[in-house]
Amino acid sequence: MSVNTAMIEKYRNDFLKEVEENVEEGHWVKMCMQCGVCSGSCPFGPHWEHPPQEIFMMIRAGKRDEVLGSESMWMCTSCYNCIVRCPRELPITHIMHGLANYAHRLGLAPKMNPTRRFAKIFWDNIAKTGRVNELGLSLNLYFMDGFGSGVKKATAMAGVGVGMLRTKRLNPFALVRHKGVQNPKEFQSLLKKAKEVEDRRKGLAG
Amino acid sequence: MAKKEYSFYPGCSSERKASASNYMVSVYAMCEKLDIQLNEIPDWNCCSASIGYAEGGELPRHVMNARNIALSEQSNSGQDIVATCAACWLGAKETADRLDASEQLLADTKEVLREAGLDVHLKNETPIRHMVEVLIEDIGYEGIAQPMQKSLEGIKFAGYVGCQTNRPFGVAGESFENPVYLDKMVETVGGEAISDYEKKVTCCGGALAFSEPEKSQKQIKEIIEAAYDQGAEMIVTPCPVCQMNVEVYQNQINKHYGTKFHMPVTYYSQLLTVAYGGSAKEAGLDGNIVRAKKLEEIASK
Amino acid sequence: MSETKTAMYICNGCGLGDRLDTDSLGKLAQSEGKCTIVRQHDFLCNRDGVDTIRRDIDDDGVTHVVIAACSRRAKTEAFGFDDVALGRANLREGVIWVRPDTEEARETTQEMAEDYVRMACAEIRYMQRPEGNPNTGDNKRILVVGGGVSGMAAAVEASKAGYEVLLVEKSGELGGWAARLYKRVPNREPFSDPQDTGVEDLVKTVEHDKNITVFLSSVITRTSGAPGQFSVDISAESGTTSTENVGSIIQASGFSNFDAARLPELGFGASADVVDQAGLELLAGKAGDGPITRPSDGKEVASVVFVQCAGQRSDKPGHLPYCSGHCCNTSIKQAMYFKDTNPDVDTLLLYSDLRTPGNGEDFYRSAQRKGVTFTKGQVREVQTANGALVVKFRDMILDDDAEARADLVVLATGQVPNSGIDIEPAAAEDENEGSGVDAASNNNAAVEVPLESVLNLDYRQGPDLPHLRHGFNDSHFICFPYETRRSGIYTCGPVRRPMDIAQALEDATGAALKAIQAVENASLGRAAHPRSGDLSFPSFRKEGCTQCKRCTVECPFGAIDEDEQRYPVFNESRCRRCGTCMGACPVRVIYFESYSVDTVGQQVKAVQMPDETEEKPRFLVLACENDAYPALDMAAQQGLQYSPFVRVVPVRCLGSVNTIWVTDALNSGYDGVMLMGCKKGDEYQCHFVKGSEMAHYRMSKIDDTLQQLQLEVERVETYEVEITDIQRAPKLIDDYVNRVNEIGMNPFKGF
Repeated sequence: MSVNTAMIEKYRNDFLKEVEENVEEGHWVKMCMQCGVCSGSCPFGPHWEHPPQEIFMMIRAGKRDEVLGSESMWMCTSCYNCIVRCPRELPITHIMHGLANYAHRLGLAPKMNPTRRFAKIFWDNIAKTGRVNELGLSLNLYFMDGFGSGVKKATAMAGVGVGMLRTKRLNPFALVRHKGVQNPKEFQSLLKKAKEVEDRRKGLAG
Repeated sequence: MAKKEYSFYPGCSSERKASASNYMVSVYAMCEKLDIQLNEIPDWNCCSASIGYAEGGELPRHVMNARNIALSEQSNSGQDIVATCAACWLGAKETADRLDASEQLLADTKEVLREAGLDVHLKNETPIRHMVEVLIEDIGYEGIAQPMQKSLEGIKFAGYVGCQTNRPFGVAGESFENPVYLDKMVETVGGEAISDYEKKVTCCGGALAFSEPEKSQKQIKEIIEAAYDQGAEMIVTPCPVCQMNVEVYQNQINKHYGTKFHMPVTYYSQLLTVAYGGSAKEAGLDGNIVRAKKLEEIASK
Repeated sequence: MSETKTAMYICNGCGLGDRLDTDSLGKLAQSEGKCTIVRQHDFLCNRDGVDTIRRDIDDDGVTHVVIAACSRRAKTEAFGFDDVALGRANLREGVIWVRPDTEEARETTQEMAEDYVRMACAEIRYMQRPEGNPNTGDNKRILVVGGGVSGMAAAVEASKAGYEVLLVEKSGELGGWAARLYKRVPNREPFSDPQDTGVEDLVKTVEHDKNITVFLSSVITRTSGAPGQFSVDISAESGTTSTENVGSIIQASGFSNFDAARLPELGFGASADVVDQAGLELLAGKAGDGPITRPSDGKEVASVVFVQCAGQRSDKPGHLPYCSGHCCNTSIKQAMYFKDTNPDVDTLLLYSDLRTPGNGEDFYRSAQRKGVTFTKGQVREVQTANGALVVKFRDMILDDDAEARADLVVLATGQVPNSGIDIEPAAAEDENEGSGVDAASNNNAAVEVPLESVLNLDYRQGPDLPHLRHGFNDSHFICFPYETRRSGIYTCGPVRRPMDIAQALEDATGAALKAIQAVENASLGRAAHPRSGDLSFPSFRKEGCTQCKRCTVECPFGAIDEDEQRYPVFNESRCRRCGTCMGACPVRVIYFESYSVDTVGQQVKAVQMPDETEEKPRFLVLACENDAYPALDMAAQQGLQYSPFVRVVPVRCLGSVNTIWVTDALNSGYDGVMLMGCKKGDEYQCHFVKGSEMAHYRMSKIDDTLQQLQLEVERVETYEVEITDIQRAPKLIDDYVNRVNEIGMNPFKGF
């Protein structure tokens, strides 16, 4: 594709349609009226390369790579401030989640984004036993960049951990024994099945 | 007043030796005094929290919550589901709403539950409520005041409502920008509420406290700073994520910003338990990393 | 005329009896005021009070009545005695309500009341009961000029109210622009889809209406006369002319489309595939329910870009500075033409501010639901090379230079009013000097509008209605829509301001009601708005007139002509009774029966002037009865207070203020004179258009006189006061009083 033809595809509906079909609540994107209240309401607003208002416009402008490869959606803290303030009642939080998830599944999300990586660790953690193993979660997070960096981070966070241990709010034995649902295998197959159905619906199978 | 029964969804952080275990201790103590019986949903699972979206996607998340709803409907039939954790409440309620709105999603969910061999029937007809809703709506402020044995007079509380107990669903009759129920609860048990607490509904960073610690700690710093600025002696919150984030990073924030924060962060249920004559231990105050000394003093009287 | 017999009635209600020594007021009315009958009543506006007055008029031959009670704006129905000359002394809003109820204030409050009684007595002595305009016309037919939606709707409304209508349309058929639309923006729930225009039905209604006579292919070649007695020549293309008499006129001459050929940068003219909104309507009409094809080669349009604000809301030379209001909704509708036929057509709408009045917000949402893409973007250029259209724009949200290729580009150009010949081009230029925005609007002159007269008025002021701003015919559109500066002639639809069909329909109804009001008032010899119902009319003492023409030139309504000897000829039916002529007259020969240089001048002189040693200054406030006086009344109702040293005289319009009142006031010892009139200038709120402006101008000339008299210029000040200035007006008075007190007393006191 030449640069020129790439330009021509801008401001067409192709990417919008893709988002509508595959992204959670994506059919709302076209309803944005560009007031910018969401961007101004986001607690992490200044850290977004493209605040939600822009993301919506970029989708409408057909900027597929820029949107799906953006770090922006990964800045969402799920505070829902944008949702309650949006005069058009767009479920902005969910759309941001949906876009991040979609980008992640397509392998277009930024590889090193810490929230993307934490989210995966979190999911794997709960998917295993059905309930969160908080110690495993923290350790996996700290050691996700390798052993050396992990020790450093874990040491930095040691104060927090000690406090939690002392107040009996962290289980030191959870590494070896963590209580989850009664039948983890059944739970795992439940999630697997759910993913299969969803992939089928969204044409992401295979 | 007759005993009230609810189907209880405690959530992961509430478990023994988990981050909100002390919240749970105080919730049980509080409910006993209010004659509320909590029937735990058998074999409940994680709600997937908000951060579950990235890897989990849409349907798996809803399936997880649907499983809990179905289990509740099966074992605690006819009882409202009550959650104490903002994320658990939000996750379950969101799923219930979404399945209600989309026949496709409901059918898919039922299909998945069935094919995975779960012997449950999902009706999705159960109201899903937060513990504060139970207190405000079913017990009422007068009812909250009834078991009082002690007043929390003399303590100034910054009521930190946070995000997910407040948005997007919130509590009926309250505004998203300035909910007042927490302040009213504080005042009901004799405490002084800082009614114009500036950071009342500001985000603490949620799960991003793990992945984006610097950005989150900046939020947390402002939340604590505003409480100090307005004369608060402790913060009170209905959310375990808020509680943990605002409490446990204070040393790190002090180190980074040169502040001298030492602000206790308590749960509403701890306040009520103490007001009802419970001991510090019954109120889970021994689980606070920054000890709520003034509250402990009242508890020990 | 029968013998004059004056009676004064002093009310003791509303606290007047408690706060004032009404007995001494009564004595004053008898001795100084020369009232034959003086009565007090505890509750004058009740049945018994009113009956008392009625009996005196009927049985005792009272010809002149003074009511000393509340403001002249209160209880107008109870005290509406139209068979006598009627004056009011404002003791409630003018005195007790603006003064504190304290012992210290008692003396000055009583003095205020006494002066108002003196003033009312002085005024009534120079008043006659107005007899009504003798030269009235009673033709009640209504002429509507323009057969578009506005004109047809006005005609139907007037007809439904029982009036005969003549409808004149320049072209060969009724319907105007609306008839050329494929569909219209919806006016019904759920406001989500384009809707049939409804024009055919409206045309049928007009054609079947026996009260309406339609003249097609015809124009107005002459208009003369006045409300109730207009005479018009209606000339047909065929060359025949008929002369008709009508009572009032509605001008609904509509708009022309801005000439898109003035936008070469947007590709108009260079490519047949760049069209304006009217062009798109033609394409859509041709396509019907099928796909719209592009003009150049008949290809089905797969992508279309709408460019909003093309040549409008722009300060570039030759562009329109204003927003035409309908174009965003129109483009939304046109985008739906494509989407409703084929949802896969890419429709991109580039706007700078999407403005969707009425229920347009629902319509906008519906378009979003249908997949129309809306982008905040500033279009720089439409490239047309090799037959491919490329729209280059700045994406204002993404802050990015962008471009979009399209099969068709639609330019949303604006409405240019068909307002006839601009009769005051030179004057407009003077007024607009030095202001950037308005300088741009002058460039409208460069916009091609058919420069034919619409009405061909046989008036000394020129053949058409004056243009106000940007070439539209209108007077102040919030305070008095449809009114023009020519009595009995009303405008409606886009000739008055840019608008869409829904607004034009409403507008037409309003103008029809105004036209009806005008013929009814005229037939009774009464004034039209805003002194609707006034029976007084201007006269002049010919022997004193110097034929200076100031009255004829300064009349804002063109109601005064000149005879061969250059004496003024009043056209009473056109007169709005503002008195601007009276204010203009240097020899003071113009008067109304109930309002004259004397009725006000004698009030000014009637005030008792304390001498210098008493330290009681006196200030005269001449307040416009339309805005400033009501503002002061409302301030009184709210319990706001002001200085006890002011005496307020209501005037019909600041334009009626004759400078003799001001110089007389200063000569008789007043320490200062305040004039309170309406807002002037481009955003004027003066009910008589130019009155306030004239007064400001005249008072600026008075400064020289003051200096000659060795008086400080601050002793005469002119203010703009709006009816909403309830808090401000009393404060203005007190600030002024304080300022003049600092200067010191008027040295002419006691001379």
